[in-house]
Amino acid sequence: MPLSDAPALDPVQAAAAGTTAAGPAGAASTDHEVAVEVRGLVKRYDGRAVVDGLDLVARPGAVTAVLGPNGAGKTTTIECCEGLRSPDGGTVRVLGHDPVADARALRPRVGVMLQDGGLPTGVRALELLRHVAAMYATPRSVDELAERLGLRGFARTTVRRLSGGQRQRVALAAAVVGRPDVVFLDEPSAGMDPQSRRAVWDLVRELRADGVAIVLTTHLMDEAADLADHVHVVDHGRVIASGTVRELTDGPGAPGTIRIEATPGLDLTNLLRALTSLSAGHSPHQQASDGRESSTQRSEGWTAGESEPGVYVLTGAVEPATLAAVTAWLAERGVLARSVTTGARTLEDVFLDLTGRNLR
Amino acid sequence: MSVETTPPAAAPAVRRIAAQAAFETRAILRNGEQLLVTIVLPVLVLVGLVQTSFLDLDTQGFSRIDFVTPGVLALAVMSTAFTSQAIATAFDRRNGVLRLMATTPLGRTGLLAGKVLGVLAVEVVQVVVIAGVALALGWRPELGALPAVVGAGLLGTAAFTALALLLAGTLRAEGVLAVANLVLVLLTVGGGVLLPAEQLAGPLAHAAVLLPSGALGEAMRGALLHGSVPPFSVVILLGWTAALGAGAARLFRWH
Repeated sequence: MPLSDAPALDPVQAAAAGTTAAGPAGAASTDHEVAVEVRGLVKRYDGRAVVDGLDLVARPGAVTAVLGPNGAGKTTTIECCEGLRSPDGGTVRVLGHDPVADARALRPRVGVMLQDGGLPTGVRALELLRHVAAMYATPRSVDELAERLGLRGFARTTVRRLSGGQRQRVALAAAVVGRPDVVFLDEPSAGMDPQSRRAVWDLVRELRADGVAIVLTTHLMDEAADLADHVHVVDHGRVIASGTVRELTDGPGAPGTIRIEATPGLDLTNLLRALTSLSAGHSPHQQASDGRESSTQRSEGWTAGESEPGVYVLTGAVEPATLAAVTAWLAERGVLARSVTTGARTLEDVFLDLTGRNLR
Repeated sequence: MSVETTPPAAAPAVRRIAAQAAFETRAILRNGEQLLVTIVLPVLVLVGLVQTSFLDLDTQGFSRIDFVTPGVLALAVMSTAFTSQAIATAFDRRNGVLRLMATTPLGRTGLLAGKVLGVLAVEVVQVVVIAGVALALGWRPELGALPAVVGAGLLGTAAFTALALLLAGTLRAEGVLAVANLVLVLLTVGGGVLLPAEQLAGPLAHAAVLLPSGALGEAMRGALLHGSVPPFSVVILLGWTAALGAGAARLFRWH
């Protein structure tokens, strides 16, 4: 499979980069292996900055997820990388080229799956795929791709009559049929059933193993957690957190959580006091709310809140003694918990902490 | 796993554009509404004007079929280059098809070239069908007029494709659907396409010759009835092409 500008990257290194979690940042990594580089990107619509100083890097043989709530600027960022929009500020480089000025050089090497599909509605599924394949000198086999993504069953159905998930699979096939070095997937598994998603994820992993740089936007946490080597969390047009999934979920000072399901409306003040004196011996110092959520309390190293009625989430340095303190606190109140579980924070916890829990 | 040192390449430009032209042509010829406006409508007009006499035509000494057929060919060019193309492009734009194809090696210029060639291919089909019906109805054209007819058709196609792209690139798809059909009807009735502009009522007689429809109608009639395209029509069509093309190039929005 083709690799970007990289005679320097041998197959062994590429395979390593594709299969280890820290691969992209590993030994094989040098500057010219950056497939996509966005620096200080600014894009305004009607004077309003939708993307506002965004930085992003994606490497060959890695999946880079751009995670963010609706309206965060994900799609605009991707469209600037695809050469479909011109930035108002900052620089975008794909395989070392400017996506707008060097579009002719980049088009054969970049595969695109648009959020709204971009498929003509009056043609049959495989007819469309064969048409897109005809734009490339050495495309992938359409039959093989159809088999991989389960397109056979509706090969002769017009795009208009396909389900959302079926259209998405055709669009993904169209994005990769030209054997691209870089693939941009804008919400690739939106509207897909679980089987389709598995097929799509398998294909993405195979592309990664072949050294392709994959940039995908999503707001599906499990998609980012399972697939991504690197996650950029975007909100209000900026990257607000960046790292591997593990780096994000193992944030400093927040190695674990305890989740309690019990009766709603319990006062967490005493519990926080107990946990704080347990962990460090610092004098308890308590703040009221953080403004985002009235039921969240913070104390030295600990955050506690009722995330939904009767569900309490404590985040901090969880130790064996912590659990004892929690059950003692419950016993003091005569409350029998339905469940008490310990675990690391999920990507969703991190995401909600970073972007807030309010609907928008 | 194999590693290639050469980056993936595009198919040759000729192959890309030919593929796009064939794709566009199939899409139009397979679509019922498009067939209605590009093939059925002109044939109905031809048969209606020739076989019935509810319109009292001044045929300037020509047979009714010889007099009407050039205007019907002009109408066919308008229906394909303008109405059909405007609607197809507008919906492709709304559905993101233009953006997606622009990211493939086809690119924006290839997409445009493919569309224009697709229009010309559909026009060839139209001419075959319309000429076939007209010949059956007794049409006897001069074969020597063919180059002038082709020239008039190309000029008209350029002007009306530019108008189609200007509309499709600036209005909502539903708006384009309405406007493109309405404009076709208005130009057919009062635009000097089917009948010479001087036979229209009142101020239209003077205005229609300046419209692209009137100029195209005059050009077709000039080619088939008098053996040459009037220079005035050529100037009018080139002027519209330049103005509408510049407008489309400046105002066309891909999103």
